[in-house]
Amino acid sequence: MQSAMTMSLASPSLTIAPRSDCSSSTFLTSRSLRFCGLKREAIFGLNSSHSAAARLVSSSSAAVFSSSSTKQRLNLKVSASVSNDNGTPSKEGFDYDLVIIGAGVGGHGAALHAVEKGLKTAIIEGDVVGGTCVNRGCVPSKALLAVSGRMRELQNEHHMKAFGLQVAAAGYDRQGVADHANNLASKIRNNLTNSMKALGVDILMGAGTVLGPQKVKYGKAGAGETVITAKDIIIATGSIPLVPKGIEVDGKTVITSDHALKLEFVPEWIAIVGSGYIGLEFSDVYTALGSEVTFIEALDQLMPGFDPEIGKLAQRVLINPRKIDSHTGVFASKITPAKDGKPVIIELIDAKTREPKGTLEVDAALIATGRAPFTEGLGLENINVQTQRGFIPVDERMHVIDADGKLVPHLYCIGDANGKMMLAHAASAQGISVVEQVTGKDHILNHLSVPAACFTHPEISMVGLTEPQAREKGEKEGFEVSVAKTSFKANTKALAENEAEGLAKLIYRPDNGEILGVHIFGLHAADLIHEASNAIAMGTHIQDIKFAVHAHPTLSEVLDELFKAARVKVNGSIRVGMQFAGHT
Amino acid sequence: MASLSFSSSLSTTSQIQRLSSLPLKPQQGKLQKSVVPAIQSKIREIFMPALSSTMTEGKIVSWVKSEGDVLSKGESVVVVESDKADMDVETFYDGILAAIVVNEGETAPVGAPIGLLAETEEEIAEAKAKAQSKSPSSAAPPASSASKAETPAPPPPPPPADGPRKTVATPFAKKLAKQHKVDIEKVIGTGPYGRITPEDVEKAAGIAPAKSPTPVAAPVAAAAAAAPVKAPSASPATLSEIPGATVVPFTTMQAAVSKNMVESLTVPTFRVGYPINTDALDALYEKVKKKGVTMTALLAKAAAMALVQHPVVNSTCKDGKSFTYNSNINIAVAVAINGGLITPVLQDADKLDLYLLSQKWKELVEKARAKQLQPQEYNSGTFTLSNLGMFGVDRFDAILPPGQGAIMAVGASKPTVVADADGFFSVKNKMQVNVTADHRIIYGADLAAFLQTFSKIIENPDSLTL
Repeated sequence: MQSAMTMSLASPSLTIAPRSDCSSSTFLTSRSLRFCGLKREAIFGLNSSHSAAARLVSSSSAAVFSSSSTKQRLNLKVSASVSNDNGTPSKEGFDYDLVIIGAGVGGHGAALHAVEKGLKTAIIEGDVVGGTCVNRGCVPSKALLAVSGRMRELQNEHHMKAFGLQVAAAGYDRQGVADHANNLASKIRNNLTNSMKALGVDILMGAGTVLGPQKVKYGKAGAGETVITAKDIIIATGSIPLVPKGIEVDGKTVITSDHALKLEFVPEWIAIVGSGYIGLEFSDVYTALGSEVTFIEALDQLMPGFDPEIGKLAQRVLINPRKIDSHTGVFASKITPAKDGKPVIIELIDAKTREPKGTLEVDAALIATGRAPFTEGLGLENINVQTQRGFIPVDERMHVIDADGKLVPHLYCIGDANGKMMLAHAASAQGISVVEQVTGKDHILNHLSVPAACFTHPEISMVGLTEPQAREKGEKEGFEVSVAKTSFKANTKALAENEAEGLAKLIYRPDNGEILGVHIFGLHAADLIHEASNAIAMGTHIQDIKFAVHAHPTLSEVLDELFKAARVKVNGSIRVGMQFAGHT
Repeated sequence: MASLSFSSSLSTTSQIQRLSSLPLKPQQGKLQKSVVPAIQSKIREIFMPALSSTMTEGKIVSWVKSEGDVLSKGESVVVVESDKADMDVETFYDGILAAIVVNEGETAPVGAPIGLLAETEEEIAEAKAKAQSKSPSSAAPPASSASKAETPAPPPPPPPADGPRKTVATPFAKKLAKQHKVDIEKVIGTGPYGRITPEDVEKAAGIAPAKSPTPVAAPVAAAAAAAPVKAPSASPATLSEIPGATVVPFTTMQAAVSKNMVESLTVPTFRVGYPINTDALDALYEKVKKKGVTMTALLAKAAAMALVQHPVVNSTCKDGKSFTYNSNINIAVAVAINGGLITPVLQDADKLDLYLLSQKWKELVEKARAKQLQPQEYNSGTFTLSNLGMFGVDRFDAILPPGQGAIMAVGASKPTVVADADGFFSVKNKMQVNVTADHRIIYGADLAAFLQTFSKIIENPDSLTL
């Protein structure tokens, strides 16, 4: 029962659940109040005594409770009780129900959910299980950032003194730091592998190629390739660091994030090309370890893509006081690695006029200009699919679209390879969404509910729209947009930690209380965002969530205050936290 | 965009309109009559406020009010961006915003007028005239960096060789230059590839390099006796430079030595010497040498055994008010290494036997060479031993490292003619040891007694092997 509960929570049918009926269904049990969109299903599938509830709901959202989904729910119960059974392929004569190409975080999320749904599942991996995130991305970088955070604290005499602490000059052992990152990656990689093995997912090693609809081969070219068939195929091949033309990566002094995460050396001065998430996180690591950093950003301002106000504050805290300078509005047209006794030489040109803007001489350059989808050798030509700027075109259900604009049957693409939202957890959510669909339940992932975080010190996190995006949308669709803000300076826990620098910002519709976006800059922002992203995912409005109770004193009260600071013109539809008669 | 004022301490400083001190301008002749500036004029200047203690200049984000707007006391007039935040600046006075001197997006130094406030409409024209006269002059400070570039001072003595020099400065060097108002073009870079480093800028600004904690872990020499290998020392800045001299900056280790040496000057020290007959020790050494025992281990063990009997010599004076008796006897031994000096520590030297001690010493030296000593392996000493005997030095004087009570300088053992109590001459091997101690805690008699014990152990060394 417990496992079935989690499952239904992990498969939000957000876009289908009409919000208007929340109030009616929620009177059934106090526990389901906040999760009205989802809990209904759990009630339906698990608790026959509540069938009245199910009926009540099903009338208002028929799509969710089609006969096929009911059948699915029976499968679900079976799989929950025999959790390590990868099932048998469905009767249609395929080797597998689902084959996933690429065992990164996206493929892993899809595989786990597929097994839960009773699908016989295989996952093909041409390199190492875990993909970019685990081996060359989010995971090892968090290890480095954990070190940089502590270094920053220990080096900040003023900060320590304010605590009454005395710390001798902090030092570090580069190899020790690098080992920590490497150990973490292998630990997570093993966890990931074991979690799939435990469920009986077949892990097939070798590069995967789509041969035709429902047919895939895998293995090393020339050394025994195997052809398998599957009812449905998910492409989850991810991405690789993008290296613009003219830049020579030698892996030593001109590097990408792949090399930087190994931390083979800490240059005295490093240029970081690109000031997005990756560049920003590395600037945090390098400056904490004693390097000086020069940002090279093609756009006119640093940190494009962040809410402007958050970006401005972040720049004040993360860039200005640190040993960082920047060149904006310029491209690095040519980068030559250090050799023959010369430093790394970077030639800059104006991003608009292409005129030369001088050269830089630094000890190392990190290319963090973004990531390019990895679709090489996938055999897309076999199914008449043409990539667009390298990305595999998909519809809102991650269904692959071919060159003629038609859907390729039974073929899906999730994660960085489709470019919709290049985040590990977005890939996983997309994979779960696809599994929902192929098991008979329509599902569209609401990307505006997917949070993102940048793990600098302090962290930056966001979900939904930025203020300019929201205002543009409001203008187009004719609704008012309001903004509420709270500061970490008013938060007890942040003050106790002497980390009061921070801002949370809520962008919302005052007419109906809908949350359009939340942006946080401050201590543990990455963990704080989920209250907001869940609210967006559940369709919870401010007038309702503002009644939710937060433990005191915690950082989460920053969001509590934020919701309470909003001025919504409608009253709450439900009363969170109240006990209802008959359910006490 | 709307500027929030989060901190109460900052928001109080945001009310910064102050009265003009009026550097009397010729064109405002009639105003010059008054003596008290406060009532001279009804035209007041709005200054760039100092919004934080570190703020040197501010950028006008936006003017909330436009020229000609009527202001009442306490109203926001302008939004200023400092190094920390955007702030609303309020007016202290009622009046009319007569002229904006510094426009949106422009920068002005703290204290510079950014706008003019007139009390009545009649004064607006006057204020405008004043503003015009201000503009060029007030535009100068923000543009000072530009003007510097236009009129370069006679170029600095060109660095050797190079033709037209290209300035390469690190990000932090540039920041420091701006902060300390150093013209970066005039700084000579000493960093890699001739680049200007933060230290170069600090030197140019005439400030002692901040002892920024170097995050790179390098074993830091914690103590020192006279180093057998001396690094070419740079002459202090006050001395005139001799042409052709090369300046080699200290390595981290050398810098640590230097710092410790200067620190040692605050401790009142004195020295006591003692000649010791080493015939028996030499004989023992011959015997145990093949078992891997080194002279260093023998001396360390002997010192440790003597210290057991004289704990005061193993103590430390930390605060100038008390003795700190160390529970362990950790013998630090000075070793010259790659132009530096380090003191690996034989911990609990009194408890370990000679063979273990010798083995431990070998490990420490290897680690020191590989720069892999852990901090507790070079900074936990309670007594230091420095031996220059192997170079033939017969006696020398060691400097007491900070944090310890005494250091022993050991000279070479040499055949010496001695007369015994009965007047017979003989030739014995003798070595001179010289102990430097902190006289706040260790007195002459203490040291003498300690040396006597030490010499007895050396002269009857069998106890060392027990």
